[in-house]
Amino acid sequence: MSGSTPKSGLGEFVANLAHAPGTIYRSAFRTGSPTTDRSRSNFVFGNVFLHLHPVRTHRWSLRWTTTMGLGIAATAAFLIALVTGVLLMFYYKPSPEAAYESIKDIHFVVPTGRFIRNIHRWAANVMVVAVLLHMVRVFYTASYRAPREFNWLIGMGLLVITLGLSFTGYLLPWDQLAYWATTIGANIAQSPRELTDAVGITESFDPGGLQKQLLLGSDTVGAESLIRFYLLHVMILPLALAALMAVHFWRIRKDGGLNRPEDADSRLGPTPDGTYPVFTEAPKKTYHLAAIVRGQTPAVGRGPENTVPSMPHLFYAELGVLMVTLLICVALSLVANAPLKELANPSIPENPAKAPWYFLGLQELVAFSAFVGGIGIPAVVVIGLGLIPLLDRESAGGGRWFGGPGGGWLVAQAAIVGLAAVLAVEAFAIRFGWIRQWYPDAPQLWITLINPGTVLTAIYAGYSIWLVQRYRSTRAGALGLFTCFLCGFLVLTVIGTHFRGPNWEFYWSPAHWPSH
Amino acid sequence: MSKPTSTTRSRLDPEPVPRRDFLGIASLAAAASAMLFGLVGMLRLPKAAVVASPSKKFTVELPDSLAGGTPFIPPGRSVALFRDEEGVYAVSLICTHLGCIIKAAAGEFECPCHGSKFALDGAVIKGPAPSALPWFEVVPRGDQFVVDEATIVPQGTKVTA
Repeated sequence: MSGSTPKSGLGEFVANLAHAPGTIYRSAFRTGSPTTDRSRSNFVFGNVFLHLHPVRTHRWSLRWTTTMGLGIAATAAFLIALVTGVLLMFYYKPSPEAAYESIKDIHFVVPTGRFIRNIHRWAANVMVVAVLLHMVRVFYTASYRAPREFNWLIGMGLLVITLGLSFTGYLLPWDQLAYWATTIGANIAQSPRELTDAVGITESFDPGGLQKQLLLGSDTVGAESLIRFYLLHVMILPLALAALMAVHFWRIRKDGGLNRPEDADSRLGPTPDGTYPVFTEAPKKTYHLAAIVRGQTPAVGRGPENTVPSMPHLFYAELGVLMVTLLICVALSLVANAPLKELANPSIPENPAKAPWYFLGLQELVAFSAFVGGIGIPAVVVIGLGLIPLLDRESAGGGRWFGGPGGGWLVAQAAIVGLAAVLAVEAFAIRFGWIRQWYPDAPQLWITLINPGTVLTAIYAGYSIWLVQRYRSTRAGALGLFTCFLCGFLVLTVIGTHFRGPNWEFYWSPAHWPSH
Repeated sequence: MSKPTSTTRSRLDPEPVPRRDFLGIASLAAAASAMLFGLVGMLRLPKAAVVASPSKKFTVELPDSLAGGTPFIPPGRSVALFRDEEGVYAVSLICTHLGCIIKAAAGEFECPCHGSKFALDGAVIKGPAPSALPWFEVVPRGDQFVVDEATIVPQGTKVTA
């Protein structure tokens, strides 16, 4: 009709249509398929998710004993919890009337529902364990030191959010355990009143009451609390966690990769046969980026020694950890069901009302003073952990397990001191009671200041100050204090989990609990 | 030939803020303060102005047999009522430690959560509870009594019908 050439235009249209799949692929992956070393590097460069990784990884970072894959395991557990959590949201109803029934539906009616809920529950536990062990690894290899101080602080944030996710998830089934653990948790948030009441300023200054009201949206656990916990659990905390995770991973690269000892290259020896050789092709990239990237100057004129392309070496390792984590979660889910007690009853407390296991160490301390166990000591621990990289500005022993003055011998001694102190204080308190039993009229301020939690903290702090003095090293004090903290956490958690029964009395075994 | 302006100012002296920079800084400050103001408003939202909770007042009829030293707990309420020669009084049954509901056992109250024990007048005997159980206001109304869980009265306040 018009003067154009319809035949060739249509032909071009058909040809473009036929090539559309290829065009989509090429526009998404501009570098072509990753077949050579260089195209693999470009593939990593050109992918927003992969480029959270470095393009090349030092062989030390890939050693099993460097990280034990714990950070990736925590990430994997989060991804598993994310996927299973989204699946659970298809059926879960966040209201006091419907929540318990919907969990029962998921458990008994929904196809694979019980299995998915089990995996969600176990992934949450695996994540807490992995995050804690990851922190232990980073601490004992002194990997928090400059230039990684800020990433350690990001990691503290991730630890707190991980625990927050677990705690908010605990309420959602709306069973007896959920209801009473949350009541206790909300009253712990209110426990600064223990201090403000003792000083007599609660009328004008009440941070505890404000915290509880913000958390619950009411003065008791009810519909408002459930919707708040749900919002925190499925939206606010996961988003905050994902944002901090991206910063955490990205900074590993920016801080010069994983920490390694100075003699890492000589200990590794030459590259084994069969690994991809370094720079078989002449480099195309210039080093203009080197001007803005922190750290040591890149080796110009020779390949970066002892590094291998992250694709495939690092990615295979990460995939392996992901699969092992998934295997652990699935296997545990086949063995043990996620618990579901009776429907929440606001007039009869669960007895004993136990928080998730990783909070039971704190619950043991809460049983002496709500403020000290629930707010004071956690705050001291978080602030103390955050201060470590700011106070330890030394360099000896970096990248080595138990590196630093004193080394493994100091850690062993600190473990003995830490265990002895916590066992002695607990045994005394269980056998003889505490101030309130001896002097019922004692002012509350005394008990808040002097109780097993503060006594234990004082012993640990005194011991570590002594270590700082003796070894003339902040790192030595930090090694001692962190080891003591781990021992205290472990022993208190075991006591809270296994040796405390109804009315929080001490029992040698749950078999001795009175029946009621 | 115009007079050079540079004679008044050394090359090393900091430059005075040019007009354009001033406008830029002012607009940044305006944007930042607007966002801050909005943030304060958003942070205000989660703190409820009216707390939704069940009524704190209830009416109760005491059994005739109720006498000194025995608590009467109205069904569904966390309050213990007592009657002795001096009158009627109400003691809270919510543990002052972490909010569990305590139960009466052999002349005292005990908390199942962390082992606090209270005397029948609310005084702490044992455990982590930081303060005594509060007493609530009781108002006689005919044969019945109205208990207000929102009004705390001094320990020892007893009323007669």
